[in-house]
Formats: sequence, structure tokens, C-alpha cells
Amino acid sequence: MSAAAEHAHDDHHDADHKPAFFARWFMSTNHKDIGTLYLIFAIFAGIIGGALSGVMRLELVEPGIQYLPWVATVLHGGQPDQTQGEHLWNVLITAHGLIMVFFMVMPAIIGGFGNWFVPIMIGAPDMAFPRMNNISFWLMIPSFLLLFGSMFVGGGSGPGAGTGWTVYAPLSTSGSVGPAVDMAIFSLHLAGASSIMGAINFITTIFNMRAPGMTLHKMPLFVWSVLVTAFLLLLSLPVLAAGITMLLTDRNFGTAFYDPAGGGDPVLYQHLFWFFGHPEVYIMILPGFGIVSQIISTFSRKPVFGYLGMAYAMVAIGVVGFVVWAHHMYTTGMDVNTKMYFTLATMVIAVPTGIKIFSWIATMWGGSLTFKTPMLWALGFIFMFTVGGVTGVLLANGGVDNYMHDTYYVVAHFHYVLSLGAVFALFAGFFYWFGKMTGKHYNEFLGQLQFWVFFVGVNVIFFPQHFLGLQGMPRRYPDYPDAQTYWNAVSSYGYVIMAIGVLIFFVNIAWSLMAGKKAEGNYWGEGATTLEWTLSSPPPYHQFETLPKID
Amino acid sequence: MAGAKTHDYHILPPSIWPLVTSFSLLASTGGGVMWMHEQPFGQLICLAGIISVFYCAFSWWADVIKEAHAGDHTPVVQLHQRYGMILFIASEVMFFVGWFWAWFDFSLFPAGVQVTEGEVSLVEGTVSAMGLGQWPPKGLEVIDAWGFPLLNTLILLCSGTTITWAHHGLIHGERGGDLKGFWGMLGVGSNDTLKKGLWLTIILGLIFSSIQAYEYAHAPFGFSGLNYSAAFYMATGFHGFHVLVGTIFLIVCLIRAYKGHFTARQHFGFEAAAWYWHFVDVVWLFLFVVVYVWGGWGAPVHGG
Repeated sequence: MSAAAEHAHDDHHDADHKPAFFARWFMSTNHKDIGTLYLIFAIFAGIIGGALSGVMRLELVEPGIQYLPWVATVLHGGQPDQTQGEHLWNVLITAHGLIMVFFMVMPAIIGGFGNWFVPIMIGAPDMAFPRMNNISFWLMIPSFLLLFGSMFVGGGSGPGAGTGWTVYAPLSTSGSVGPAVDMAIFSLHLAGASSIMGAINFITTIFNMRAPGMTLHKMPLFVWSVLVTAFLLLLSLPVLAAGITMLLTDRNFGTAFYDPAGGGDPVLYQHLFWFFGHPEVYIMILPGFGIVSQIISTFSRKPVFGYLGMAYAMVAIGVVGFVVWAHHMYTTGMDVNTKMYFTLATMVIAVPTGIKIFSWIATMWGGSLTFKTPMLWALGFIFMFTVGGVTGVLLANGGVDNYMHDTYYVVAHFHYVLSLGAVFALFAGFFYWFGKMTGKHYNEFLGQLQFWVFFVGVNVIFFPQHFLGLQGMPRRYPDYPDAQTYWNAVSSYGYVIMAIGVLIFFVNIAWSLMAGKKAEGNYWGEGATTLEWTLSSPPPYHQFETLPKID
Repeated sequence: MAGAKTHDYHILPPSIWPLVTSFSLLASTGGGVMWMHEQPFGQLICLAGIISVFYCAFSWWADVIKEAHAGDHTPVVQLHQRYGMILFIASEVMFFVGWFWAWFDFSLFPAGVQVTEGEVSLVEGTVSAMGLGQWPPKGLEVIDAWGFPLLNTLILLCSGTTITWAHHGLIHGERGGDLKGFWGMLGVGSNDTLKKGLWLTIILGLIFSSIQAYEYAHAPFGFSGLNYSAAFYMATGFHGFHVLVGTIFLIVCLIRAYKGHFTARQHFGFEAAAWYWHFVDVVWLFLFVVVYVWGGWGAPVHGG
């Protein structure tokens, strides 16, 4: 190379030059590295959240309380004590819920895949606010530390916050003396701030950094899903912040927001929580819809059927999702006309959702299908999310819910849409993009094996829970009548099957990272049409210094 | 040629501030819990954390200002900043929605509580607190909406005009001029509408905060034990906090104006402060109408 050419090459920033270790991983302003940090964090949190549910299923194998007092002594010392054991149950279910929602699903699907692929899919070199992106990640560490730490300080009848992930007053106010619930509240404040800033970042990026020629109606559906999700986060989280701040002041400064003795109203908390809580469940699933659209299209070698319908169905789900919150509150003594409204509005959401399911099927119709691991997960999603969705339509009925509220039927419903919906979408995305992110292929046999083992496992865990709910088994209980033993035992054995699946997953990751074949730029072929497949695997540290032109 | 940059976006070098801010917030919140539960060093850790957060905010935004001076804030980056600020303000609006929700829950569906000589009790005949309530609670004296609250409304509305006047002056190059008279003593040129407007807005904001502090100290109702007090103080209190934040933002803009940071064409920091200030003003208008006027309608007025 001539001296002039060499000089010219050095003249501008080397697109693959990476900072030194500490600067790269602790001071990052790179959306791909931050996405990787989020994914590692989410896997770590998922192991903890999953372990908690393992302890729970162990206790529920047989009626009676067998293990809780003993586990409580392992964690906190002292002598086995029934009350401490039962309080530990409440702490386990609370921590399991909060960890899976705030520290596993959201960081993985939004922080992980959102950060990695939204900028690339719109042809942008990074996010609009690369430095704020990093504080969104790093806030998750103190948030998690606060929640984890809360398990070891006083929370009422034992250590830890035993309120459920919903943290209802008055159990969480006058019913939980000690620092644990305060730590849980601050944990949510920090996680909420993290997500609000992330939402600002995604909205600004998607509206303003699309490559020339990429109109909103040409964006990949995954980007649409993240855009809608970001608006839900931006507008719902602050209301949660207000509600939990009221918990904090009631607990520590004597305010009477939720204390009837001062004219306060515990149901006010439920309104504030669920005004956030309902959009939150769409926050968890919408990016999953986006991932499934990308994967179904790739492995059918066809564009998604009805692009506009798919995009605006997600918008409709997001908008209507803001006006259905009280379907979580049917048993609070609400007026029957109010109940009717919320029943109607909730059922309306099934329409755009159904449009999506049918559109995915229509995408595959006449397509050239291959059944690689990501496609298995995406197909599993469509099937299993539909199952969870239809039980949701059933629960949407205020009258039916009078019976089903707080039973295992609800637990079964939301685990179908989450553990068999959102989690399936996460695995789908993980395998779809593994080669792109790491530069190495995953092991296809282990991928397929894991899918089937995990699929069987989670269905064995959660399908019987419908029966338990119909039989009236309440949720959040560590014990049950002898007559409900059979399905509880089956559900617990399902956990073991699922856990084997998870182990296979970790073996796959380890093997693939160590010995996986090198991945090409586009290893899925002509079905993969979004911009990440035009880049190397992994992409350069800074991509699209020259913006791509979209036709 | 390969690698030629065709975009105007801001690719940032690594920064320590997100990490340090996060752990400062851990100290603030963790220390806060310790303090609330009277643990040794709780207050110290909490305050150290809060000071650290302020230091991080100062340092982070100082970096942003340096980057502006280096020319990194191209038109598209400035557009991003506008989107960011508007979206942030939208999230803050939703935060206040939560507090107004509590106020409306209490005022439209009043619980049967009453205040007798400072003590809160259930109205006689109620098993629960539902049903026999009135709003405001019986026995409560409210603050006269047409006294200081009205004055504060006028103060904030006036401050909205002074900040707009300042902006106008900045855009039209009304800067500099002789240092004469009172303004001259403050280093403000006779033609410098930007600095004059900023000074006036800040002073009006400080007067507002002072009056609110006085009202809080002399309020006819306490903080704890009653739904009215809780909703009143937390809604107006968070508003007051936002006024203080906005005032600090304006003071930063004033200092930057003295340093010559703003030009007629590029002054997003000032615009962001002005937007935030207008947002604070609008929240107050809602508070005035909903909490002071409507909320106190028909109730005995303290000192009246």
C-alpha cells in the first residue's frame, strides 16, 4: 500500500477499534456491547429467579410444609420455625416475580435484543443517546442489589419482602415492618428510571435515525414492536413510581394514602399499580411479537403477511392496553357496570392479537419452510401464546373472574403467555441472532433437543395448573388440600424436565462459544432480509459509518 | 471510499458517569433505607450518595457542554435532544397524573373521616370509612385559594413571560450594552434581555418557593394521618421540588449566559430549561384549580 493510501486509511476512525477492557465494559457507549451486558445480566438473573421457583415447586410436591422452615434456617440461621418458613414462601414468590419481570424478561428482550438490533435494523450507527444507554444498564445492578439485599433484612414476620410482586397495601405498608419492603420499593424506582430513560432513547432513535429511504412503513416489525413498547414504558412507569412512593411515605412518614383510618384507600394503590401493571405485560410480550415476525419471515422465505396490519395491531394493543387495568381488580367490590366496561375493553384486545396470529400463519402459507431451532421456538410461541391468550379471554370476564381471581388458573394463564410466550420468544431470538452476536454457530442438535425437552417441561408444569385453579387452589399458598396433590406433583415433576432443558441450553452456549463454527454474515440465507444480515458476524464495533441507502 | 462517515450523529467515547451515577444512587437509596430505619451511618451514606449524584450530574452535563463547544451537536443531534427533553417531560406529566389520581380518588369518593382539634377520627356511625364523608374532611380548615396561592399563580405566569422575553432577546441578538444602574451592578448590559429575563425568572421562582415554604410552615393542617394532607403535601411538594430543579436549571443557564455559551442560533440548554419551566407552570395551574380552588370550595378557610 502506498504511503498516501496508508495515511488516508489511518486518517479516519477505524470502525473496528475497540477501547481497553475497563473502558469497553464499564464505560460503554456502544449499543452492541451494552446489549451483551444486558443479556449476560438477564441470564444470571434468570438462573436466580428460576432457582427460586424450583424451591417453590419442591415445597409443593406434597401437601404440608416440608422444606420451607429448613430453607429459612439455611438462609438466615436460627432454628426451623413454621412462621418464618411460611413468611419465606411469600418472599420466594415475590422475589421470583420481580426478578423474572424486571431483571430477566425486560433486560433481555428490550435491553438485550432491542439495543443490539434496533440501531442495526434501521441502518443507524448507534442509539441516539449512547451514554444514557449505559446508565440504563448500570442502574439495573443497584436495583438488583437492593432487591436481593431485601431478602436478608426484616420484612414483617421474617426477613425479606413477602408482599407478592404487586406489593399491595396494606400488607406492604402496616403489614411489613422493617427495611425489606423499602429496599424493594427503591429497587423498583431505580429499575423504573432505567426503563424510562431506555424508552426515551429508543423513541428518539427510531423516529430520527432511520437510514435514508427507510420510512416508518419500511421498518422491520421488531423495530415497530420496540417503538410501541417504549411508549408504554414512558407513560406507565411514572404512575407506578407515584404509587410506590405513596407506599414509602405511608410506611415511613405517616401519610394516609392507603390507610383507611386516615381516610386513605388501599384500592387506590391497586389502581395506580395496575395502570402500570397492565401495560407492563404488553411491554413484556410486544418485542416478542416483533422477534417472532422476523423469524417466521426468515424461515418461510416470505415477507410477513399484512405488514401494516401487523404494525398497527401492535399500536392498537398498546393503546387499548392502557384502558383495561381494572380487569386485575374485579373482586375489589367494583360496580357491575364498571366491570362490564373492563370486560368489554379487555376482550377487544383479543382482536388485534388474533390478527397477528393469523398473519403469522398466513406468512407461512405457501412459504418455503425450514425448521431450524429459532423456527421451532417461534412456532412454539404461536401455539403456546394462543393457549395462554384464550385463557386470558376467559379471565377477562368479570363474572367468571369472581371465581378464578387469585387461583392457579390465573397463574397458569400468565405463565403460558410469559414462560411459554415471552421466554420462547427470547430463546427464539437468542438462537436466531447467536451467530450474529458471537460470530460462532450454536449446536443445532443441542438446540433442537433443548427445545423439545423445555417444551415438554413447561407444559407439564403449567397445563395442570389450569385444573388446580378450576378446583379452587389459591395462588401464593405454600400448601393445599390432599385432594389437589396429583396435579401439584405432576407440575413439580415438570420443573425437573424444564431444568434439564435449561442445562442443555447452558451446555450448548458453552460448547458453541468454545468450539462453534465461524458464522458468516448471513447464515440464514435469502429469508433473512433485515440489515443485520448485511454485516459481518459479529458486526464491526461501529457499523454504518456510511449510512446504507434503502429503496 | 470504505469507512467515510456520511452521518452527522454523535458517536460518543466511553464515559464513567453512568457507572458512578448508578452507584451513587445505590448509596442514596440504600442509605435512605438505613436512615429511615435509624441504622448507624444511614444518614451519612444517604447524604453522601445524594451529593455524589449532584456531582455526577454536574460532571455529565459539563461533558455535554464540552461536546457542544467541540461541534458535536449537529442539527440532527440537536433534534435528538429536543425529542429527549419532550419525552422526559411527558414522563413527568404522567408522574403528576399519579398524584392527581390520588387527589381525585379522595375528593370524589370522600371517606368518612373528620378532624377534631388536630386529631383524625372516623365520622360517627360509620363501620368503615366509606360512605359518610365530605370533602374536604369535616373539621379541616383549608388555605385561602385567593390569598397566597393566587399570588403564586400570577408569579409563575409572569415568570413564563419573563423567560419568553429572555428567549426573544437571545434569538434577536439583544445582548451586551453598557453596564449602567442596578443591572450594571449585576454585570448585565443595558441591552442584554437574555440575562435580565433569566434573572427575573429566577427571582420569581425563588419568591414562589419562599411563599410555598411559608405556607407549609403555617398551614392549618399537618402532614400525617389524613388523606387530604397526604395528597395535598405530596402533590404540591413534588411540584415544589420540580420548581427547585427548574430554578437550578435556570441558574445554570444564567451562569452559562455570563460565560457566553449561548448563540442566537444554538442554545438548546436554554430552550430545555424554558420548556421545563413552562411545564412546572402548567402543573401549578392544574394544582391551583384542582387542589386549591375546587378542592377547597365551600370549606372553612383558615384565618377567614
